[in-house]
Amino acid sequence: MILAGDWLREGPAVSVTGTAPDRAPSRYQTEALSAHDSLLPAFILAHLRTLKSADSAQAPAPMDGLPENLRGLLQLALAVPEEGGAPTDVRSVSKLEKLGNLTLSACQGCSALVEFAGQTVLSLGRFVRRRARFRRSDFWMTLQQCGVEALPIVSLISFLIGLILAFVGNVQLANFGANLYVADLVGIAMVREMGVVMTAIIMSGRTGAAFAAHIGSMKANEEIDALRTFGFDPFDFLVLPRLLALVLMMPLLTVYANIVGILGGMLVGSFVGIPPVLYWAETVASLTMTTASLGVMKSVFFGAAIAISGCMQGMQAGNSSAAVGEATTRAVVTAITTVIVLDSAFAAIFTLLNI
Amino acid sequence: MAAKITVRNLTMAYGDQVVMHDLDFEIQDKDIFVIMGGSGCGKSTLLRHLIGLREPAKGSILYEGKDFTATAPDERGPFFQRFGVMYQSSALWSSLTLAENISMPVEESCKLPPKTVRDLAAYKLALVGLSGYEDFYPAQISGGMKKRAGIARAMALDPDILFLDEPSSGLDPLSSRRLDDLILGLRDSQGSTIVIVTHELASIFNIANNALFLDTATHTQGALGPPCELRDHSYNPAVRLFLNRGDTPKTSS
Repeated sequence: MILAGDWLREGPAVSVTGTAPDRAPSRYQTEALSAHDSLLPAFILAHLRTLKSADSAQAPAPMDGLPENLRGLLQLALAVPEEGGAPTDVRSVSKLEKLGNLTLSACQGCSALVEFAGQTVLSLGRFVRRRARFRRSDFWMTLQQCGVEALPIVSLISFLIGLILAFVGNVQLANFGANLYVADLVGIAMVREMGVVMTAIIMSGRTGAAFAAHIGSMKANEEIDALRTFGFDPFDFLVLPRLLALVLMMPLLTVYANIVGILGGMLVGSFVGIPPVLYWAETVASLTMTTASLGVMKSVFFGAAIAISGCMQGMQAGNSSAAVGEATTRAVVTAITTVIVLDSAFAAIFTLLNI
Repeated sequence: MAAKITVRNLTMAYGDQVVMHDLDFEIQDKDIFVIMGGSGCGKSTLLRHLIGLREPAKGSILYEGKDFTATAPDERGPFFQRFGVMYQSSALWSSLTLAENISMPVEESCKLPPKTVRDLAAYKLALVGLSGYEDFYPAQISGGMKKRAGIARAMALDPDILFLDEPSSGLDPLSSRRLDDLILGLRDSQGSTIVIVTHELASIFNIANNALFLDTATHTQGALGPPCELRDHSYNPAVRLFLNRGDTPKTSS
């Protein structure tokens, strides 16, 4: 085998002429070889490995003619045989098999969700019977994280939503000289749907993701295993306080978001000539107790869905930092999807019940 | 009297892939028992089986004659009370200070006044040379200190069996030596049985009185016995090679 010219990663592409020999060359001719880096030993090693896979005898490769340093590098690379069990070829997967794998994976996902929901119920049962063990300080801390600390972002988003609804509503209602009904529109929309849905979406991205990331990193660092070996139930210790905190905080945040959204609408109203007192009176007149309680009632379910999604993805995360990232993404996607699906179901049920 | 730990025909597997099969050994009271073998041979997996984090594909594990594997996972509390585990990554709870890491298991397992719990945590940290670090978080201390804090937490409930997963990996020779002395001290003063997963030869010869070699080639136990004896007289060349750091081993007599 004649090796000539430059073999450099950053130089011109190396050309191989003639057919590669089907056995190891008895001698290498390197007289015309100039500069080289790892590209040359990598080429020789790849060639020798191709031959070795065909030749089971695996005789030591002759290296006559190669420069001393190159010979040393190749001997190092050949000193440890290739891992026998390592896959050498990636099997192609048919579309049907891919579909089957996807279906199986979806089924496993559903079964994991059901199992997690079951564990949640059992854990709640232990909590009711005062048998669940978790740190009270963790609960208060989580309560603060998903309550008070969420107020700034909930305020901003809800205020802007109220503002947008009022602007859009005013443009349409002004055509009929019914600007005052902007207050009804904003009030009902915020209290029934927008307040609770926007809060749920904010909490999915903020708190659900934080739950998944925190629990996922604990899993990757073996912290959850450490809990188990001290006899603590990780479910009671990690999932229960988060679930309780979010279920308690979501209704409060929803009420707060509703009020802030209505205030946003009121600001727009004052710009288009509706006095705040009149706007408030119209809002109060348009809202019944039933309407006002619908969003709050839904928020309990949304809170549970977000906490379960976040904690479940965290508990099921793999043991690497990349897996924690994936778990966090999945937690947010699952939580938002679940919230929207639940909201659709509630909308259908309320329509059937004529509420 | 039954051995402290008895492993009978244990087969460990991940799905269909058998990691090790037919492991059969006993660990006596106050033994410092080392599980050794090449990287990826299943040492940590065996440890996870011993502490109940994985279920065996076959076989059983008994503690003083009581079958651990036959006990339902939610009824293993009495066993867990006797275990202290230090994980490879230390696995300290990152949101808690070092003192809180030790206090939490104590607070949850018995009713003691907060001052007593705090004193207990300070004492455990002092044992591993971490006095004054009570209010530090795991992220604020070095890798070697984390290992020692991990041991302090493992000793929180005065366990009679201590499991240490690669305690000296990544430590400088002096810290590693100090950790060895600590392990010997714990065995001598507390009378703990200590099971260590490691492939640090210096530590193995320094502290272990019995060792189990897991053979990657045969996927079963390659040898069992005192490390010096295995190094010089094991019938298994892989064991002699391992314990001689790959140098030509002495021939078996």
